Amino acid sequence: MKVVLQNLTKKFPGRKKADAEVIAVNDFTFEIPDGELIGLLGPSGCGKSTALNLISGLLMPTSGKIYFGADDVTDLPPENRGVGLVFQNYALYPHLTVKQNIIFPLQNLKGKDKLSKDEMSEKAYEIAKLVQIDELMDRKPSELSGGQQQRVAIARALVKMPRVLLLDEPLSNLDARLRLQTREEIKRIQQETKITTIFVTHDQEEAMSISDRIVVMQSGVIQQIGKPQDVYDDPVNLFVAKFLGTPPINVFVGKVKDGGLYIGDDCILDVADVSDREVYIGIRPEGFILREDGPLCCTLGGLEVMGRDISVVSSHPGCQAPTIRSIISAENKVDLASKTVRFAVKPNKVFIFDKETEARIPFSAEDARHG
Amino acid sequence: MDKKSYKAWLYLLPAILFLGVFLVYPLIDVFIYSFEEGYNSASQTCFGVGLYNYSYVLHDPYFLQALQNTFILVIITVPLSTGIALLISVGLSSIKPLRNLYQTVYFLPYVTNTLAVGLVFMILFKKTAYSDGLVNLLINFFGGSSVDFIDGPYWAKMFVLCFYTIWVVMPFKILILTSALASVKQDYYNAARVDGTSKFRIFTRITLPLISPTVFYLVITGFIGAFKAYSDVVALFGTDLNAAGMNTIVGYIYDMLYGNSGGYPSYASAAAIILFTIVLTITCINLTVSKKHVHY
Repeated sequence: MKVVLQNLTKKFPGRKKADAEVIAVNDFTFEIPDGELIGLLGPSGCGKSTALNLISGLLMPTSGKIYFGADDVTDLPPENRGVGLVFQNYALYPHLTVKQNIIFPLQNLKGKDKLSKDEMSEKAYEIAKLVQIDELMDRKPSELSGGQQQRVAIARALVKMPRVLLLDEPLSNLDARLRLQTREEIKRIQQETKITTIFVTHDQEEAMSISDRIVVMQSGVIQQIGKPQDVYDDPVNLFVAKFLGTPPINVFVGKVKDGGLYIGDDCILDVADVSDREVYIGIRPEGFILREDGPLCCTLGGLEVMGRDISVVSSHPGCQAPTIRSIISAENKVDLASKTVRFAVKPNKVFIFDKETEARIPFSAEDARHG
Repeated sequence: MDKKSYKAWLYLLPAILFLGVFLVYPLIDVFIYSFEEGYNSASQTCFGVGLYNYSYVLHDPYFLQALQNTFILVIITVPLSTGIALLISVGLSSIKPLRNLYQTVYFLPYVTNTLAVGLVFMILFKKTAYSDGLVNLLINFFGGSSVDFIDGPYWAKMFVLCFYTIWVVMPFKILILTSALASVKQDYYNAARVDGTSKFRIFTRITLPLISPTVFYLVITGFIGAFKAYSDVVALFGTDLNAAGMNTIVGYIYDMLYGNSGGYPSYASAAAIILFTIVLTITCINLTVSKKHVHY
């Protein structure tokens, strides 16, 4: 089912009358193609859960429209939208068994959709098999591990075959290993059922790894929508560039002067088509090349060996963060005795942003000095 | 006994002494008195030992009347007060404006003086030289004839007693139930809403099971409280409860000790042990039932 949001806006009134209203979701317009897995990504408090609740119908938008396929569902209550919702803390009914929990939505069906007991049971087992909890049907939620509860919650959301599946921070209550496993699982379930799925997360790695498409948000405003790799390689502004990637991008204060990109006095790239101005320079950790005659001279802090790669920790007065992290191949040799380390940079891993607007400034540069 | 447990007993001593002297010792004493025929507390003597006291009490028409009154009171007021309190609390938690005002209003009876409450009930029900009471005025208005609620027929008196009891115990139950309802997470309701659950089904399948521990707590304490009813009855019908036919078990025990027919600690003890047995049995049944229905 295709989901279309049109100028969707949600404002909450201020706590006191004098307080300004809070715009949690600001003028969302985008289209989610049928059968895709979409990650709504942003720091906490950016309005992603509000957006999800608007789509589920638990909240009513201040303005704008929501379409599922061709149907306008903006004014429909949640039960008539055909959505399945998985809550952050799963919200499994503690007094019901796993099976009763999964059957619960089916028992609400009325009229021609009404199912017999056997049909319900059959459907419950079918979906339980899909999420691999069919062995646990008679347990109570309190007798399950976090990951199992998560699967039950997904099964309960899926059992009535919703048109759209919504997941609110589905992995945040799981430990690191289980999180990895479960996100694969969510991807698999989504691919098997082909249900359009929207999930909310603040963890960029999680969103990047399983989404067909990510939506990066900040303060209720969509920053960028696209395939995870495209957004990573081609961020539209400093926020998006900073938000995606581990280790995070290194941000320097610099300037463009006479077609050269300067950090301090080091000219690291030629950017002939950018006019002179103050800029922020973002360099991905993998964008550094260790080279003795490289233009960027940093104070060496230490090395972190990770087997396949080496992470060089260094510092530079032009960098916003106290340390610069650069990831280089383990074949490189770094002389720890020397106090400084010199880098050249890969042009496609360097982004420059306007200092005022923090918007990306495109450039077509050759690494003129060492290209 | 090693040093550690010696210390532990030392710490427990004040509480054990206090409970022992004022709770355990009297309990055992009452148990012993109940088997001693014609025990005289002044001379500390008795005629003999046996089940005579129990036999007397169980054949005493006043006791049987008290037993009947108490049971009627319990059976009517406990379910009714809990049910109405549940309805009111659900109502209270589903409204937003003026919720605090309503909560205060419903809690007022709890902090109101018993005598003031008695006065209110007098105005409502008692026949005086000047009027038949507010309720009778209402009955008259709708074309009925006056009923004497305080000195009249048994059912009328019972009605007033039940009404009074329900009214008095309600605020506490509402208070406990509203807080239990508030502790049910909104997520459960949201999940149910997304699944299209009807309001009634949300209440019976989600809300009620989730607050069932509280409900059972209220039912058990309600049973115990109603079995021990006495002061309310006195407030309504005066001290000569046997004559009014409105005595309760506790009232009977009190009368046996200090009332006009008083001075019989043996009978009082036997009646007290019978009451104890009844309350214990009912509580055990309650706990067994609650174990089956409270799931977590």
